Amino acid sequence: MAESLYFEYPVDGENFASAGQASTRVKRNLRELGLDSETIRRVSIAMYEGEINMVIHARGGVAKIEVTDSQIIIILEDKGPGIANIEQAMQEGFSTAPDDVRSLGFGAGMGLPNMKRYTDYMNIDSVVGEGTTITMKVNY
Amino acid sequence: MTIKDIKNLLDAEVVCGEESLDKEIHSACGSDMMSDVLAYVKNQAVLLTGLLNAQVIRTAEMMDMICVVFVRNKKPTPEMAELAAESGIVILSSPKRMYEACGILYSNGLRGEGEING
Repeated sequence: MAESLYFEYPVDGENFASAGQASTRVKRNLRELGLDSETIRRVSIAMYEGEINMVIHARGGVAKIEVTDSQIIIILEDKGPGIANIEQAMQEGFSTAPDDVRSLGFGAGMGLPNMKRYTDYMNIDSVVGEGTTITMKVNY
Repeated sequence: MTIKDIKNLLDAEVVCGEESLDKEIHSACGSDMMSDVLAYVKNQAVLLTGLLNAQVIRTAEMMDMICVVFVRNKKPTPEMAELAAESGIVILSSPKRMYEACGILYSNGLRGEGEING
């Protein structure tokens, strides 16, 4: 691929049932580009976890994807409450999700650690009261 | 075994994906916690679950799974079935409980390890 490709998707924060729509679209786009299935899966899972987080905690946001010739860059931006203690948020099992989210199969405190696990690079930039931007990169 | 074998072993009803019943399955997992599925599952093609919402189908899709079995006779909504059909995922609904359903499949040779990365 000579030039980078960009995709941008709004993440609707109003409806938990529709959470994951952006990740599904990205997954299909990456398939059409002919990327290998393991790379696509890593990107999809990391982005899906991020998208779920945006819906649970931040009432949605924007997902920006860039595909270069060697990596996929995922940027998730929201104007949610921000993360007060990032180190704590990165611990497996730590969650501030409300109980009703757990009954939906999420909120186990695995989202952020999982995003880190499936990507080669992850950075969290967050200001309490203003929002969070998460940047992830997957090399291929 | 094939998806059809799973259907027969679990007395399950096919909700969608009838055309894919001959697909081969080598491993499966069972969980109601989608966070755990996303964290720990690798190369398992079937998800057995008692959780019923659209995120089950999306989780299966992200994990490249090809079949979801709802236990305890749970039936997905038409929207969930449509989402699964779009993603090429077979949905089965079985009257068995989770423990029993997993046990039947396991004792018939369907294990939990992925073929490639275990």
